[in-house]
Amino acid sequence: MTNQPPANTTADAAKGKPLLMARGLTKRFGGVVALNELDLDLNVGEILGLIGPNGSGKTTFFNVTTGIYAPNGGTIEFDGRDLTGFSPQQVYHAGIARTFQRSRLSLPLSIFDNIMIGNHMRLTQGLWFNLMNRRAFRQEYEKSFETARALVKIFDPPLADRLDEPVAGLPMIDRRRIEICRALISQPKLLLLDEPSAGMTHDETAQLMDDILHVRGETDGLTIVIVEHEMGVIERITNRCVVLNFGSKIAEGTFSEISEDTEVKQAYLGIE
Amino acid sequence: MQDELKPTGKPLWQALIGAVLTTVYLILLLKVEEQSEVIGLLAGGAVLLLLLTKTGHLGGIGNTLHSREGALNLLVILGTLAIVGFFYEDHFTLLLIATVMLYVLATLGLNLQFGFAGVLNFAGASFFGIGAYTAAVLGAHTAVPSLLIILVGGVMAALIGCVLLLPVLRTRGHYAAVVTIAFALLFKTFLEVNDILGGPQGLQVPSMKVFGWDFNNNVALGDSVELSFYFSYIIVILLVLIAAFVLVRRVERSWIGLNLDALRLDETAASCFGLNIVRWKVTAFLLGNFLIGIAGALYGMVGGFVAPTSFTFADSLILVSIILLGGIGNVWGLIVAAAIVVIVPEKLQAIQEYRFLLFGGLVMMMLLFRPEGLLPRSVRRYFPGGAER
Ligand SMILES: Nc1ncnc2c1ncn2[C@@H]1O[C@H](COP(=O)(O)OP(=O)(O)OP(=O)(O)O)[C@@H](O)[C@H]1O
Ligand SMILES: [Mg+2]
Repeated sequence: MTNQPPANTTADAAKGKPLLMARGLTKRFGGVVALNELDLDLNVGEILGLIGPNGSGKTTFFNVTTGIYAPNGGTIEFDGRDLTGFSPQQVYHAGIARTFQRSRLSLPLSIFDNIMIGNHMRLTQGLWFNLMNRRAFRQEYEKSFETARALVKIFDPPLADRLDEPVAGLPMIDRRRIEICRALISQPKLLLLDEPSAGMTHDETAQLMDDILHVRGETDGLTIVIVEHEMGVIERITNRCVVLNFGSKIAEGTFSEISEDTEVKQAYLGIE
Repeated sequence: MQDELKPTGKPLWQALIGAVLTTVYLILLLKVEEQSEVIGLLAGGAVLLLLLTKTGHLGGIGNTLHSREGALNLLVILGTLAIVGFFYEDHFTLLLIATVMLYVLATLGLNLQFGFAGVLNFAGASFFGIGAYTAAVLGAHTAVPSLLIILVGGVMAALIGCVLLLPVLRTRGHYAAVVTIAFALLFKTFLEVNDILGGPQGLQVPSMKVFGWDFNNNVALGDSVELSFYFSYIIVILLVLIAAFVLVRRVERSWIGLNLDALRLDETAASCFGLNIVRWKVTAFLLGNFLIGIAGALYGMVGGFVAPTSFTFADSLILVSIILLGGIGNVWGLIVAAAIVVIVPEKLQAIQEYRFLLFGGLVMMMLLFRPEGLLPRSVRRYFPGGAER
């Protein structure tokens, strides 16, 4: 991932317009209003913490943004384009990659294969190229292998030499790292992290956050939204936070601002 | 952490001895007629396999061959030629061997669909039948060259398979499975009531002719040796099988194989990384049916005769059970499983009537105790043996 051009060189970014604008975003599941008229702006290059109690709509925001669910109302604009109603495939090609709250790696496949799933847009997909032009395929394969290895090395140097091992045998921390690598390999403009530290110890979490900051430093301008329950992590790595409760935004600001907010304190009732 | 459990690799000469022993064993098994001898051989083979597994020899040889794939390919081809050569004038045994090879070819196609893309197809025998009937009709009524007819058989199977695309693409639940079963039942009924296609009596299939040579003639070598006409068919089948094997291997060892695995294992995650689910499912389904159709066309020519009773739902189940037995997604497993499923009931007359019952039981035992099959698929290697990394 080193020596790559900055991810955000679009006209909108230069004008200081938000990278992503959600307006009046609403998602209902039967009677449950998972997102309620949500307005949310993301600035280029920031790390936004998306927090809120269980069931407040954080994951749903990711699912609607990435096209897994169509919203019942509202719009999403990303990088100057209207993303509303885009399929997950289109959202990915627009430059948004994500991880999942419950790890969704393909366990029987190797580490390399899992990361390459995220590299789809950079791999040649033609039948002829893949089946008949093995020489060219091999070149692309070797190049991709080195790219994947360099990326994994940032997170876990020993793991970078084990890329052909199946993911099934790896501990949770490595799986989380690989999931983040899978999202990063396509050099997205926006990275959505849904509880990346779930199932990790305190030290492992700290380590992972360092790595994320490190990668971001190298990819110059990558915008990140992170959902995280551990407030220490949020305080340390985010520039700004948005707090959800019952699908509505109840507060927005720096971590110290929102942690003083009475409504936030009530929503968390005892957690913070 | 898995490496510790794996037996260490054995030297190549042990693999060589293993290959020779396997070849001799198969020749014996195909040779004996006496039922007590068949049972003795089968039991002996099973005990020997168990022993060699326990001593780690089998696993060790497996590892050696896993890393020396060229050697494995060569051994299998030479072994096949040795067996075929041994039975050079024995029509019945050669037809049996040809049948095993055609089942392998068909299950290679099914493996693309089910093993790689996770698309269930319980109408495998119908697509096999489409290939066979194509050979019958084109061979009898047109002057299309035989080798081209084989390809057309594959294309027809792929084309007619398109009527199943919509249900196959709808993955939720077991909808696709049910629709393919319905297709298999309809297909057989259609053949039975269709007089143009010979109805229940079926059709004759003209023999294969290449460059003026009619394959239904025995081949005389000198004055004393006469090769069975099946011998020539087997050579053609072997060549087609090798080509199909290489093709399926390349699919597996490319981004396409990765795409198919990704969509089988987690469609939602795959979508979030740009994978066009429809495109790749359709590709796997059509390519799979193409191979099954080719196998069917060859089957028609070899047997010289097609009838609806050869392409029933039960036959489709046999194809699926070969995949489950062999190891889902593993192309080598197909060969072992197809050999067992085709040869054992043919030799062991006592079980012939109960073979569906026995296969059903075998598959259930397998799913319960060894769900990954006899030869589980291993992690993808894009360029095995190559010195990359
Ligand atoms: N696919 C779905 N079907 C029905 N209801 C859903 C679905 N997805 C989410 N919900 C509901 O929407 C609400 C918001 O859920 P969501 O998963 O977005 O919360 P969250 O903030 O991510 O919570 P957590 O911190 O527990 O992950 C919850 O009431 C949940 O039950
Ligand atoms: Mg969540």
